[in-house]
Amino acid sequence: MIRLEAVTKSFASKRGAAPALHGIDLSVGRGEIYGIIGASGAGKSTLVRLINLLERPSSGEVVIDGARVTDAKGTALSDLRRSIGMVFQHFNLLSGRTVAKNVAYPLELAGRLSRAEITAKVAALLERVGLADHAQKYPRELSGGQKQRVGIARALANDPKVLLCDEATSALDPQTTGQVLDLLQEINRELGVTIVMITHEMEVIRRACDRVAVLEKGRVVEEGPVTTVFLHPAHPVTRALVREAEGDNAVPATQATGQLLRLTLTGATAHQPILGRIARDFGSDFAILGGRVGHIRTTPYAQFAVALSGGNGGAAVAALRASGVTVELIGGGPTVAEHGAERGAEHGGERERHLHVV
Amino acid sequence: MAQSVAQNMAANAKGISMWFDRINWADIGTALGQTLTMVGISLSLTILIGLPLGILLFVTGKGQPFARPIGYGALSFVLNIIRSVPFIILLIVLMPVTVLITGTSLGIRGVIFPLVVGTSPFFARLVETALREVDRGVIEASLAMGASPAQTIFRAVLPEALPGLIAAVTVTAIVLVDYTAMSGAIGGGGLGDLAIRYGYHRFQTEIMLICVVVLILLVQLIQASGNSLVTRFTRR
Ligand SMILES: Nc1ncnc2c1ncn2[C@@H]1O[C@H](COP(=O)(O)OP(=O)(O)O)[C@@H](O)[C@H]1O
Ligand SMILES: [Mg+2]
Repeated sequence: MIRLEAVTKSFASKRGAAPALHGIDLSVGRGEIYGIIGASGAGKSTLVRLINLLERPSSGEVVIDGARVTDAKGTALSDLRRSIGMVFQHFNLLSGRTVAKNVAYPLELAGRLSRAEITAKVAALLERVGLADHAQKYPRELSGGQKQRVGIARALANDPKVLLCDEATSALDPQTTGQVLDLLQEINRELGVTIVMITHEMEVIRRACDRVAVLEKGRVVEEGPVTTVFLHPAHPVTRALVREAEGDNAVPATQATGQLLRLTLTGATAHQPILGRIARDFGSDFAILGGRVGHIRTTPYAQFAVALSGGNGGAAVAALRASGVTVELIGGGPTVAEHGAERGAEHGGERERHLHVV
Repeated sequence: MAQSVAQNMAANAKGISMWFDRINWADIGTALGQTLTMVGISLSLTILIGLPLGILLFVTGKGQPFARPIGYGALSFVLNIIRSVPFIILLIVLMPVTVLITGTSLGIRGVIFPLVVGTSPFFARLVETALREVDRGVIEASLAMGASPAQTIFRAVLPEALPGLIAAVTVTAIVLVDYTAMSGAIGGGGLGDLAIRYGYHRFQTEIMLICVVVLILLVQLIQASGNSLVTRFTRR
């Protein structure tokens, strides 16, 4: 659906060219909700603005739906932008227009519908975002969440294939954030719109995204399904972002005895009584040192740091793996050492002092 | 002249009530009419010329998507030159051109051209400032929705700047009231002309006073109407 190929972007500054993006390769599939996360200044906005060519790449190609659009101009550019809706952190509504007129704006620009058709379409869009009762209000009379709903309705007006959300929930309180994320997921599900979502909050990625790219200083440092990146973050930047969302789950290693394992259960596995059964079967016991339980979009997950002791530890670990549990050694005895940690092994040293669940 | 001075002194001696007897209210009415005509016509022309210039300054200005530093610099330079010439001097310097264009440098017809030349650069700057006040995010959103740059200017930026533009027109109208009074000095007609002819040349202070009071009321009225329109169209 969307492909960025070796894209770089530099801005001219007084001290020469300031690079904002270095060689970005990214591919977003049709119907996906793709998250891009990173700290402020990482280049997220620049990256997303390349997709609808609000920003032109310094080098590299932008490919949408198989067509190279990097140099699109004039009506080709207008048509492209109409097929890509955009939602902004600060809403960017026209303050002099009512809610209905704001949503009508992109339709008036396109000039393809009659006045009556526009009125009908605006009514349907406002119905979809739950603002039918507010059509005649001005933006300043709305709450932040309502303003963003207007922004979403407006972005959907020309039936886009793609929706770009640049920090769409960053100006909203947690509850409103949840509602807006639910609305975006509903739009993705029911209209099949591909969504690219920029955020600095891992929580937004966890709730709404299928895949995620982690951006740092203009580079993608980690990329993959959210279930992998969120539960097994490999890059220190990703770990910091996850920890920020989950709170610090560090456990002082001195209190733990036995093998220190990290167990990750996802999907149906997360709801099965696996741990107790296996502990019983192999005469082992475990202390839970830390953990987190929740959902990644709709996929349930559970992740624990445990100290496994007694009985046939090696067989217990094998049985856990056989049941679909991901087992990683994060410290302690030799029994499971040969199985190795699947990810994060290269960072094992750091974990011997502090056991982070993430 | 001597008679006028004597009259004046006599009037002062007999008190305020006597003052008004000698005032030709019809003259003041005519002068007010002339002032309003001059302000009205030159304000319309100033908007007609200054608005496009202001838009041009805005779109070619630094930091805008269509920035043209050289064009902006050149236009800016010319407008600044006109703005730095005191209006009274502009009035005199422009006389030959005025005669060429309107056939006369006197009366309402003679004064419109220098008024428009004098205020258009000022108004253009105010327009530029008003347009710059518009949130960049709004411009970006408009472009992201597939609007052309022209559509963005005319359908998003100008409407969003409406309160600022009304304020700019208000200030310009008041400057024009001031300039018309000044142009009275070289025979432009209107309240300023009347004030100078009677008050200065014939020592009828009371006429000058009344003219000034009428000018004050006019300025207050313009400012108040401008303010109320700005409030009415501010939706932020
Ligand atoms: N128009 C611009 N001109 C110059 N530098 C810019 C411009 N836009 C962004 N940058 C720079 O590029 C970098 C990335 O910015 P941005 O994409 O906005 O980051 P993020 O959205 O992740 O906070 C920053 O260092 C920023 O200063
Ligand atoms: Mg940003």
